[in-house]
Amino acid sequence: MSAPMTLRRRLLVGVAGLAAVATFTAGCTSNEPPPEEGGTSEDTGGGGGGNPNAEAGETVVIGFSAPAADHGWMGAITSAAEEHAAEYSDVELRVAEGTNDVNLQISQVETFINDGVDAIVLLPFDGAALTEVALRAMEAGIVVVNVDREFSDPNAARVTVLGDNYGMGVSAGQYICEQVGDNPDAVVAEIAGIDSLPLTQDRSQGFSDALAECGQTVDNRVAADFTIQGGEAAASNLLQAAPQIDALWNHDDDQGVGVLAAIEAAGRDEFVMVGGAGSANMMELIASGDSVVQATVIYPATQAADGIALARLVVQQRALADLVEVEVPRLVQLYAPVVTSENVEQYLPTAFQS
Amino acid sequence: MSAFTDPAPPAETIHERPGRFTLPGSLARNLGLVIALLVLCAVGWFTADVRFLDGDNFVTILRFASVIGVVSVGMTFVITGGGIDLSVGSVLGLASVWASTIATQTIAGDVHWLVVVFTACAVGAACGLVSGILVAYGKVVAFIATLAMMVAARGLAEIISKKRSQILDVPPFTDFFQARPLGLPTLVWVFLIVAAAGWVLLNRTTFGRRTIAVGGNVEAARLAGIRVRTHTVALYVLCGFCSGLAGAMMIARTTVGSSTHGSLYELDAIAAVVVGGTLLIGGRGTIVGTVLGVLIFSTLNNIFTLNNLSISAQAIVKGAIIVIAVLLQQRFANRPGSSSP
Repeated sequence: MSAPMTLRRRLLVGVAGLAAVATFTAGCTSNEPPPEEGGTSEDTGGGGGGNPNAEAGETVVIGFSAPAADHGWMGAITSAAEEHAAEYSDVELRVAEGTNDVNLQISQVETFINDGVDAIVLLPFDGAALTEVALRAMEAGIVVVNVDREFSDPNAARVTVLGDNYGMGVSAGQYICEQVGDNPDAVVAEIAGIDSLPLTQDRSQGFSDALAECGQTVDNRVAADFTIQGGEAAASNLLQAAPQIDALWNHDDDQGVGVLAAIEAAGRDEFVMVGGAGSANMMELIASGDSVVQATVIYPATQAADGIALARLVVQQRALADLVEVEVPRLVQLYAPVVTSENVEQYLPTAFQS
Repeated sequence: MSAFTDPAPPAETIHERPGRFTLPGSLARNLGLVIALLVLCAVGWFTADVRFLDGDNFVTILRFASVIGVVSVGMTFVITGGGIDLSVGSVLGLASVWASTIATQTIAGDVHWLVVVFTACAVGAACGLVSGILVAYGKVVAFIATLAMMVAARGLAEIISKKRSQILDVPPFTDFFQARPLGLPTLVWVFLIVAAAGWVLLNRTTFGRRTIAVGGNVEAARLAGIRVRTHTVALYVLCGFCSGLAGAMMIARTTVGSSTHGSLYELDAIAAVVVGGTLLIGGRGTIVGTVLGVLIFSTLNNIFTLNNLSISAQAIVKGAIIVIAVLLQQRFANRPGSSSP
């Protein structure tokens, strides 16, 4: 199912990128006219001014369900959603227990339907498995916002918020092209996540496509499993296999903790390492400048928070303020920028702790 | 008193203990569970009011309980017979994957949708057969044999499905399970039928009495002429069959077969069985208790969701509920230090 999805994603990147910018703007200015919470640490942008969506409207009850927080990024998804919802005086968020059991997650969504919530923001453990219950929620007149893992039927969600996996690979590949330049003998290595997942395949495809633009290929590739111990094991093997590396892309900053442990154990520092997802500890290493980690590519952990912002707008029949369009877009795909020491300060406030 | 010498369910047996209020064993244990469930319902009522008492909400609780419930009924037999089956969750996943492959779906489309259910049950029973033979004839400890099955079944499921979700496109299958005969979803009916059949099998047949005998004292059971090894294999096949059926139910609920289905269900099932009053060392089993145990946990999940409780607090409360349920059983049960039935 990955091929057609990837194509559609690519086509929509343009529109979605715009939408994403608008969403972030909405997020930044949401507590501009004095809501109860006062300025929070997230409010660093300060720009904008006079976003009509910031004003409290009718109260919106939103049910939220996501997989278990067994991974730094996933943990940040829920905490960012809760924090963002707390900034709105007109949002009542109901958070179900994070679970990797689709049976339980379905019953949570059913409970929200029985409860008559206005909207459900759902990051399904398995998109296909939750499609049927999401359709039932839509039929019951509930606004369903699908986050990160797509349903198998587009009618099952009013809005879909996605990261850009192919774009992550492209961003990482383009950055590495800049670094290794026109050295035709450069050794480029890749440490992927769980190899059988479509998202990993999209990331790797984007990476090799971007490398091809500057005449590079992936010389050494291993796959881990998004865990710290998995990253450590995969990186140890990789470093053993490749005695000299010029650039390394690691798909995921959570497993990156293990990758860095392996690099330190091997005493290697001859290469440039690029991370993925954008965790706070990787960004701090980038800012410090004395680590092999020179950059990371963002896969926003604020997707569910944006899902809540969009659910609120749809229920209140508002639009994205900076777009001309009078309805909230059906698909919002977030951008995958490269974070380096030059712009790290911009991204650190929304980074997640792994 | 060994269960073997008194294999009949002791529901009617009144143990006289002057000077102390006691109730017969199984009735007392179930009463403790019913009280725990009623307390939970009261909590649900006070905290969520009509949202909890709504009919649709009870259907939601029952639908969630039905998959784990069927697994737990099978687990009750294995544990009563003195064993343990750690592979139920993985076997559920494998059965769901096998029953939703393109080949199975094609045959099901050509022949009958029941092929999906039959495939799932057959895969489950086959896994149970392997575990049972390893335990009974290979003399492998049940914990190890089923641990091996747990790992292997999950791996095989991942290989067959290539870790993708396999969407089942057999409309009659979906229609059957989405129907609501007599107002209850088909899944709930399946659970009720399995539980009733399990109760009859354990309490009213020689198979059930032999199960209790084998679990209570293997040597005595063997001397009494029970073919212990054959019986043990049968118990694991039965448990595997239930896991396979639960795999088909999982497809019905999610419309997909996936190697991730049923993850950690072995723990949910064991918790429900033990909270229900079945002895983990074997020799005593109760299907009614198991069903109540499953209902307690699914009601608990429902109340958490309704009340928007913090995720970390939920885990603590679950642990507390397990302890409270067991304490209530001990308080009411007539068990002064002995392992009477």
